[in-house]
Parts: sequence; structure tokens; C-alpha cells
Amino acid sequence: MADDLFNSFMNGPDEQGRFGIFGGRFVSETLMPLILSLEEEYNRAKDDPSFWAEMRDLWTHYVGRPSPLYHAERLSAELGGAKIYMKRDELNHTGAHKVNNVLGQILLARRMGKTRIIAETGAGQHGVATATVCAKFGLKCVVYMGAHDVKRQAPNVFRMRLLGAEVIPVTSGRGTLKDAMNDALRDWVTNVRDTFYCIGTAAGPHPYPAMVRDFQSVIGKEVRWQLAEQEGEGRLPDTVIAAIGGGSNAIGLFHPFLDDPSVKIIGVEAGGKGVDDRIQHCASLTGGRPGVLHGNRTYLLQDEDGQIQEGYSISAGLDYPGIGPEHSWLHDTGRAEYVSITDKEALEAFQVSCRTEGIIPALEPSHALAHVMKIAPDLPSDHIIVMNMCGRGDKDVYTVAKHLGFDMSDTEEGRTFEE
Amino acid sequence: MTRIDAKFAELNAAGKKAFVTYVMAGDPDYDTSLEVVKGLPGAGVDIIELGLPFTDPMADGPTIQLAGQRALDGGMTLERTLQLAADFRKTDDTTPIVLMGYYNPIYNRGVDTFLADAKAAGIDGLIVVDLPPEEDEELCIPAQKAGLNFIRLATPTTDDARLPKVLQNTSGFVYYVSITGITGAAEAEAGDVGPEVARIKAATDLPIIVGFGINTPEKAEKIASVADGAVVGSAIVSQIASGKSTEEVLAFVKSLADGAHRG
Ligand SMILES: Cc1ncc(COP(=O)(O)O)c(C=O)c1O
Repeated sequence: MADDLFNSFMNGPDEQGRFGIFGGRFVSETLMPLILSLEEEYNRAKDDPSFWAEMRDLWTHYVGRPSPLYHAERLSAELGGAKIYMKRDELNHTGAHKVNNVLGQILLARRMGKTRIIAETGAGQHGVATATVCAKFGLKCVVYMGAHDVKRQAPNVFRMRLLGAEVIPVTSGRGTLKDAMNDALRDWVTNVRDTFYCIGTAAGPHPYPAMVRDFQSVIGKEVRWQLAEQEGEGRLPDTVIAAIGGGSNAIGLFHPFLDDPSVKIIGVEAGGKGVDDRIQHCASLTGGRPGVLHGNRTYLLQDEDGQIQEGYSISAGLDYPGIGPEHSWLHDTGRAEYVSITDKEALEAFQVSCRTEGIIPALEPSHALAHVMKIAPDLPSDHIIVMNMCGRGDKDVYTVAKHLGFDMSDTEEGRTFEE
Repeated sequence: MTRIDAKFAELNAAGKKAFVTYVMAGDPDYDTSLEVVKGLPGAGVDIIELGLPFTDPMADGPTIQLAGQRALDGGMTLERTLQLAADFRKTDDTTPIVLMGYYNPIYNRGVDTFLADAKAAGIDGLIVVDLPPEEDEELCIPAQKAGLNFIRLATPTTDDARLPKVLQNTSGFVYYVSITGITGAAEAEAGDVGPEVARIKAATDLPIIVGFGINTPEKAEKIASVADGAVVGSAIVSQIASGKSTEEVLAFVKSLADGAHRG
């Protein structure tokens, strides 16, 4: 790739909110003035040092940033190749990277005088993060969650309720994450005056993909200086790897490295039961085509009539049929590579992390780790891989137990949480 | 001059308000849906909005969501929706048809192919909910070039500063969404709508049709009296959903049409 091409990778999106042909503002007229005023407010905040000072203060004292950059020594030794680092965003308050973005958006909501926050959630991590920050600031919080996910992520539903949020199980459509997003948008169209829509991933209409990326970029920025600290001034990772649902933890890790041509960038989509014609996966880039949904143009799982298909993954945080528009663009330009990992491979990686490092990962980063396990053995020992350990596995132990044939149904904790 | 322009000229000459109805193509199945659509002009409908089913109708309430699902479950597609319009055109060459839906099925088909097919099927205008003026290059401008009206929604959040942008590339008529909300939800009050219609009228010569939240002949009359016409969607779709016969559905439509025409 030519050097001059690299100059442009960090400049997106353009005025229209486009990354190449991707992104944009495909929303109804009712919402258009709202996203324009959000963009205006965000642009003001972005250039306001006091906004970032407040963020930094909360990141430090409330979230626990910087998260450690950890050399996974036993894992590296077991795989016998590359030197593997984990970016420990699973240690954040609320247990995932989601809170990085939520804090930014809630601070903006406060600046805009909004008093009611709505969010969609799949795994429940974004819902928990939103409920948490709303509790901290005394804001009303309503979380839309697919009815199916309400069942499989029961502990997070209870957490959100403890935190004072109203959790609304979504039964429209097929009752999944994309339907939760539809219902959140329907709520927003109805409650335009007082409500702020806190989107949980780097997708949706402009300015969300750029804004969420900017808030999550704290991950990659920390990696830059932390790696230099541990490996010597100027040392960059050779490969960065992250799992992709909508793409927010991944773009947060990738973005600060887009203009460093020596850094190989790999996004890992959920391959479910395998990427083939029957949609049993949610690998939008590997198995989809460009389309328009939820306010942006991006790669989508869809049938020949342009109807959106449901994704499938063992991981509730990854089964979104789309992907953030910037990833679609990075894919088409070839700056980043996108691969997929099956449920089975992710489950294997989940256990390897527990056994070799004493870290119980969420199923989402287990996908990233599974790809690390595929490539690390063939790489030299001075090849540095940084993978984003973007969430912890507490929420997933029931799912994993079920797949490993461990029966927890008799125990108190094992009971599923149903309405 | 499209069928839409001709229809408004005719209504104007007669001093009548327009009555517009929305039904989902293929709900509950192709044949029933075609029968209903064919009966609409006889029941007093001036303009037909034909819903294009989509899996993710983010501006629609449960009634129209479910109608779309029924249609999709019955094998409805963009192609069959256009076929339905073409079948209607075999017996009616004057009632305007506006295709209303979301962009992805159209984008997926390819804008140029879609426009040629829509034109050939006898479609006169388009309402594409998720294409605001900011995305006019996508479909609005190509559609106008192809001789189709592109009808825009104006909403209570469209303020005076923004209104010219919304009206700029709009043709046929302006659809004023009387509430902030989804289809089939809250009720519109004629008292609130009147001043809004006047505000938009001051900025355009296009007819202003008002929709969302109209579900009785009385409301249709009240709203039509402060605008150039009224749209009813969910209330009719509910009748279809409840398993009413085509005659019963059309009798209900007739009562709404009479209401709107009194307005
Ligand atoms: C731990 C974790 N990782 C990843 C994701 C996927 O989201 P994204 O791709 O936006 O990072 C989720 C979503 O819920 C999550 O909880």
C-alpha cells in the first residue's frame, strides 16, 4: 500500500458522515434535526478542553483507567510463537469497554440538557454501563433488550434493574439486538425533546460512528504509550486484534494505529456455526453485502430481496447483522483484514485463557483470542500481538457451562431469570 | 404532469380535499391485498400509498410492523410489490400510487433498475422514510429525473430554518407527520395541526397532506378541514389484521373517505 494512501486513514468521516461510500445519515425527518444538533454539540465538546478534563477524571477515578496492558506470558509460551499482550478493558468498572463510550455520551447528554437516556443492548454490557452512569448522574434510564437476550443474559438484566434502569424486553421482529435498536429509535422519534439515545457501538447515523470511535480510542492510545513503556520507545505492535459486534472496541483499538503501515490490523467477526449460505453466523463483512440499516450504509446480512437477516452467535454481544461503517471502509480499502471465528473455536479460547492466564474472558473477546491462537504459533517470538480483552466472562459462565455439559440448573444461581 | 399532479388539479377544481390511504402490499396475502387495493378508488380513495414490506420498519408502530411481517411471511418481495401495482394498473389508469417504505430493498435492487421497474409498474411517487434531504443524491434526484414524484415528510421537529431544505426537492405533495412518533401511535389534534400546515403552506405551493394518528371519520374530517387532505394507515391495516372481509374493510374506508371529503 502506498504511503500517501496512509495519510488519509484517520481523517474520516467526511462532512456527510461518510467513510468512502459507507456511513451517512439514513434516518427519518423527525430524527434528522436531533442528530444535527447532536453533531453540533459533539463538535463543540470535542474542542473543549474542559469536556476532556471531565472525561479523564471519570476515566481515572470511576472507571479505573488506564486499563493494564498485560503480557500474557504463559499463553505466549503455550502457543510457542508471537509475544501476546492483552489490553485489559475487562477490568473496567462494569466489566467491559462499553463504559468508555457511555461516559462520553452521558456527559454530552448533560451538556444538552437531556434528562432521559435510552439505550439498546445485546449482551447487556452496554445496558449495564448506561444504567450505571445514569445512576451516577441521577438520570432516568430505559434499556431496550431483545426478549431472547433477556433470557440468555439474565444476570445483566438484574444488574440493570438494581441500577435503577427500566429494562424493556423487545418482542418486535425477532426479538434480538437489531430489533432492540429499532425500538430504541422508535422511542427516540416519540420522545424528541427530553431524550438522548446512547448508542452502544460504532454504528448508527452520523455522528455516532465517529463519536463512539473517538470515545473508545482511549484504548488504542493507551496501548501506544503502554507498549512503548514496556518494550521501548517507539515500539509499535506488529498486529492488533479485536472482536467485532458492531465494532466499537475494535475501532477503539485500531484507530490510533491506522496510519502506522507496519501495524497489521485484524477484526474478528462471529462465525457462529460456520460462514456458509445458511445464515448461522453474524459475519457481516465475510458473509454480507452493503446495504442501509439503522441510519448508515454498511455491510449487512440480508437476503436477495434486501430484507435483513438475523445473525447467530453463541455470544449475545456479537450477533448484530451489521457492522460499524468505518470497518466496512477499512475492509474495502484493505487497510484492515477481517476474519471469522466459530462458536466452537471461541469456546476453546475461552478455556485456554482461564487455564493459562487466570482470566475468565467474555465470549466476545474469546473470538479475538481464538484468532490469536490460530496465528501466533507461526509468528516469530519478537512479533508483538495486542488483543483487546474487552470484557470479562462473568455474564457468560452459564452459557459456557451449558455448552460444556456442566449442569447448573439445580443451583440457585443457575436459575434463569424470567419475567 | 404525473397522475398525482392530475389528481390534485381535479380535486382542486371540484373544491375537494384528498383522501389518502396506506395499505401494506401483500398483507395478509397477495390476492386479498390486490382485491383491497382495487376496491379503494371505489370507496372514495384519491391516492393510494402502497407499503413496501421491510424487516426493520423503524418509523412504524406494531400494527404496520406486523402487516409487513405477514406480507414477508407470505413471500412478498419488492418485485411482487411492483407486480401488485402493475396488476392494479390493468383496471385503473388514473388513481395515483405512491410506494412507501424503506431504502434498503430499493438500494439492494439498484436504484436505476428499481426506478425503471417502478415506472413500468405504474408507480407515480415514492416516500422513503429513511432518506432525508441530506441523502438526496441517493434516490430523490434520480427519481425526479425518471419522472417519479419524491414526496417528503415534514414533521413537528422540522423548524423554519430547516423547512426550505425539506421542501427543496419535494414534488407531488408534502406529507406532514402530525406527531413526533411512530405510525399508529398518538392522536393528532386538528388544533395543533392547523398552524403547522399554515406554516408549511407559506413556504410552498405543493398540497399538504396530513397523516399519523387519524383513525375515525370525524378525525379525518377535522384534519382534512385544516389541510389539503388526510392520510389513514394503521386504522385500515388493523381492520385487515382482524380478519375482516374485503367488503367490510372497504366499507370502513368509505366512511373515512366521506369524513375526509366533508373536511
Ligand atoms: C465484552 C463485549 N465485547 C464486545 C462486544 C461487541 O461490541 P463492539 O463490537 O461494539 O465492541 C460487546 C457487546 O455487547 C461486549 O459486551
